[in-house]
Amino acid sequence: MFTKKTRFADMFSANNNLVLLMPRLGLGLGVGNRTVEEVCSLNNISADFVLLVCNMYTYCDYQPTMEDLEQTDLSMLVPYLRASHAYYIGERMPHLERHLSGVVHRSDSRYADAMMAFFEQYKREMSDHFAYEEQHVYPRLQEGKKVKEGASSSNTQAIKQSGNQALKRSSNLSSSHIGMVDKISDLLQILYKYMPSQADTEELNELIFGLLQLSSDFERHAAIEEHVLMPYLHHLERRNR
Amino acid sequence: MTSRIDTLIVEPSEIVRTGLQRILTDDGSFSFLAPLSDAVNLDERVKALCPDLLIVNPTLLVPPIRSQLAAIQQLQPNMAIAALVYQYLDQDVLQLFRVSIDIREKRNRIAQLLKTEVDRVSSLDDDENYELSIREREVLVLVAQGLSSKQIADKLNISIHTVNSHRKNVTRKTGIRSVAGLAVYATLHNMA
Repeated sequence: MFTKKTRFADMFSANNNLVLLMPRLGLGLGVGNRTVEEVCSLNNISADFVLLVCNMYTYCDYQPTMEDLEQTDLSMLVPYLRASHAYYIGERMPHLERHLSGVVHRSDSRYADAMMAFFEQYKREMSDHFAYEEQHVYPRLQEGKKVKEGASSSNTQAIKQSGNQALKRSSNLSSSHIGMVDKISDLLQILYKYMPSQADTEELNELIFGLLQLSSDFERHAAIEEHVLMPYLHHLERRNR
Repeated sequence: MTSRIDTLIVEPSEIVRTGLQRILTDDGSFSFLAPLSDAVNLDERVKALCPDLLIVNPTLLVPPIRSQLAAIQQLQPNMAIAALVYQYLDQDVLQLFRVSIDIREKRNRIAQLLKTEVDRVSSLDDDENYELSIREREVLVLVAQGLSSKQIADKLNISIHTVNSHRKNVTRKTGIRSVAGLAVYATLHNMA
């Protein structure tokens, strides 16, 4: 596990996917030989939070305890999750769509249409899922914190009501995450097994490795929501009752 | 509510056919395809009818029985096959069937024996075979059209349990889990 004393660049050597998280954390490369603690302090961001994210992305078995979460400054959690959404929707999906279109454009138009329609539907599902989280789940963390810091009792009542639905929704959230990872896997299976083979190899490789990267990135993103955001939210809401 | 096992009885005696059908009807889990009094072109008829359960009098089968049974099973891999026995049968022949119903079997045991075999076969994890059976292809197309398991069960007049086991096999064989992915598969294979 990475600690505050780990040299920041060593984290990239251990898991090169962490390079992709830097912009979402508001950090850049060129970290020199500085430690995690030093880089975070220079950029005014909580080292505990950065470590939480980097450890969860790297050590898949790692699940923080509530004690860990209570000791971590989670003010960056929602901005970080929103930045990830923006990255998936604004950068990754258009990139993959371009390559998919490059892969299928030489196929029979029925095949091409079916593949593009699948991707279009996936994109819509992803946007709807993110919009739901951003409108209905993330704001509850802000509300929960306000109550924790001492707000009116009517506010507390509202939080309590929304908290009653929290458990139900968090299981929906998890099945929605599974469904989204499954669809990427389906698309990969179709490319591996069933696509007629006249596709441009370079486009195909870009697409396949892009999908694999998105799948593992999204899977860790989902883990942060399911093992950090939701338990912490329930904890706050229970305490505010 | 449909919850039935499509059953094809192949037996020359009308008394035996009717009696067996009556006993299974009382159980409520079985539905019946028009019974056959002989096994002529049995493979063709199985292919057309797609039963979940075939109950056959082995004396109607033409030797070599082993290869005839294997050919029929190949056409419908998730179909259970049971022998209906009331005459003397060579032990070697009897051993070709995983389940046999003896004419003297207790009434309440018959349905139970058959259902156990149907469950076993429908959940069979056949690692070798990646070809979709006719029934699995039908289910795949209906799933791809957006029908629920319940709707598919009603449409094909089979149980939801059977539909779900076909869906499981479709996913295992194609590697595709989502409805949208199966729709693409159906298009790529000209099944849509």
